[in-house]
Amino acid sequence: MKTLYDILDWPGTKWIFLILALVMPLASLLTWAERRQSAMMQDRLGPNRANIGPIKLKGILHFVADAVKMIFKEDFVPANVHKGLFTLAPILALAPVLIAFCIIPFGPTIYPHSYFETLDPYLLATQPTNVKFADSIRMQMFQVDFGLIFYFAVLTLANYGGTIAGWASYNKWALLGGLRSSSQMMSYEVAMGLALMGAFLVTGSLEPGFIAAHGASNEMSGSNPLNWLWLWQPVGFLLFFTAAIAETKRAPFDIPEGEPEIIGYFVEYSGMRWGIFFLAEFIEIVFISSVIATVFFGGWQVPFLDADGFRIGGYMDPIHHVSVGGWSLPLPHAVVTGLQFAAFGLKVILLCWFQLLVRWTLPRFRADQLMALGWKLLLPLSLANIMVTALIKLLFMEA
Amino acid sequence: MSASHHDDVHDEAPAGLKVLAVSTTHPRVRTVQISRPEPQDVSFLAATAKGLGVTLKHFARNLFLPRKSLAARAQAGAPPDEKFFGDFQRNEIETVQYPEEKVKYPERFRGLHRLTLRDDGAVRCVACMCCPTVCPAHCITIIPAETDDKGIEKKPAVFEIDELRCVVCGLCVEACPCDAIRMDTGEHAKPVEDRARAIETKETMMARGVPSIATQGGEGPNWRAGGHEVTPDDVNR
Ligand code: SF4
Ligand code: SF4
Repeated sequence: MKTLYDILDWPGTKWIFLILALVMPLASLLTWAERRQSAMMQDRLGPNRANIGPIKLKGILHFVADAVKMIFKEDFVPANVHKGLFTLAPILALAPVLIAFCIIPFGPTIYPHSYFETLDPYLLATQPTNVKFADSIRMQMFQVDFGLIFYFAVLTLANYGGTIAGWASYNKWALLGGLRSSSQMMSYEVAMGLALMGAFLVTGSLEPGFIAAHGASNEMSGSNPLNWLWLWQPVGFLLFFTAAIAETKRAPFDIPEGEPEIIGYFVEYSGMRWGIFFLAEFIEIVFISSVIATVFFGGWQVPFLDADGFRIGGYMDPIHHVSVGGWSLPLPHAVVTGLQFAAFGLKVILLCWFQLLVRWTLPRFRADQLMALGWKLLLPLSLANIMVTALIKLLFMEA
Repeated sequence: MSASHHDDVHDEAPAGLKVLAVSTTHPRVRTVQISRPEPQDVSFLAATAKGLGVTLKHFARNLFLPRKSLAARAQAGAPPDEKFFGDFQRNEIETVQYPEEKVKYPERFRGLHRLTLRDDGAVRCVACMCCPTVCPAHCITIIPAETDDKGIEKKPAVFEIDELRCVVCGLCVEACPCDAIRMDTGEHAKPVEDRARAIETKETMMARGVPSIATQGGEGPNWRAGGHEVTPDDVNR
């Protein structure tokens, strides 16, 4: 049995289960959801016909049809393109997003030996080596103290995908798209990183798992929605969300694609090569939603659900950082973790939905408006946010 | 604008413009200052929130409320069917799911051709060649044949219309002296997988046919002459 737990706790296994089996299908479904949702917003029905025999499911199978179509299309490479870079670009666009998912905590740590009992948080805090807590499975592939920095470092690489695609295509429109893509990334990555800085200051950690588990303050349980960072960092949340939409290169920030004038950096791509860019974009939406859910909305926390069950009106034990007292409803570990998984999924789906809503509501910016918004509004605001947060923390919280 | 000679029209300064100076010789020539809010100077938040509200309202309404009836959707801008509470008891989706749901075409819609029939089911066309002559697309092919009925003389042995070439002008219907060809089926040409299938034959057009009681050639007792009762004999001649 030991080996089974070892296999389950191995990052590769988690990657297969969490990313290939959860994130990829969600991203593919988003391609359908986007078309249906935009249709609903515009008083249309949207694609609802794709079917396998009588199975129609309101057209959910459209993403299968899309995939089949793109895979079987001619794999066309125009003359004069730089063959190597042309092939590399879609991979460079897709891989970093999949790697960055490693830092996301998809759920709480699972203790298989106490799976059907109610967890005792005191025991966990005082004797973490107890046999009850052996073979724990952490629902996060890569737990490091610099988690969010790692995400910035890796996701910036995704931008090379677009830029190199534009460069390798031997096409002026594609090159323009690639250049726009890199200039946009440059102006928004700064604001994006700085927007999260406030969250770092409040929680004192860069580790998404820690932020999700503990929330902003040690005075409250991590499961208390008032302890989630959206309340503590509202400006940071807005700034990060805006910059993150720009990062996904979707409307209102779809300057690099710019359908009306330049088509964008993937103008020379077709078939599945183009499909990979497309998929990367949708995976990025899921990723951004996961980051926002983790940092600002408590990640896998269900409101008022502590490790040992629902608790309302409790307080934090200051020594062991365990939530005690109040009215409580003990639940087995299996139920608690199940609910917490579902909560994370629900938060991510809602945030994806909101991103689609934004994408289909706002018209796109002009390139200069985009730059102005990034450098003149988001950047100063995020700097101000850091200052104010630091000041408040220094004056009121560190006393 | 060529309306500059209407002196009185432009004497008022346009709203929203600050007049800095007025020409002494031509009072309508002014120096004005246009003040637009610089987009980057204002936050987009308020407008964004308002826009999101609008789209969210449509989305929620279309997601949760039942659909309008086909009749309501067929009329553009028609109000919702019934009112249970407030204004919204039906969603606003206008889509007509075409092959399953069909909107009735207007009465004068020119659809696929049909060949009308006599009372005994024979084709009414007398192969007079008026319609292939008038057809601007030259898409009607008729090969005439003799009939046993000396009063009729001719009938089409072959009557084909190439629907791919037809421009749906309706001139064939206008030209026909005996109401033998009509375009009032209300159907339009179906998509086909090869060109040969787009050719309507005499049989297919007769299958859509209806008996016609108009009098051929305008001769004999009919409604034009007046005072005659139309008997089946008259109709069949
Ligand atoms: S509708 Fe016009 S084009 Fe078509 S068959 Fe009749 S006359 Fe010819
Ligand atoms: S004009 Fe009428 S009667 Fe003459 S050939 Fe055409 S369909 Fe037949």
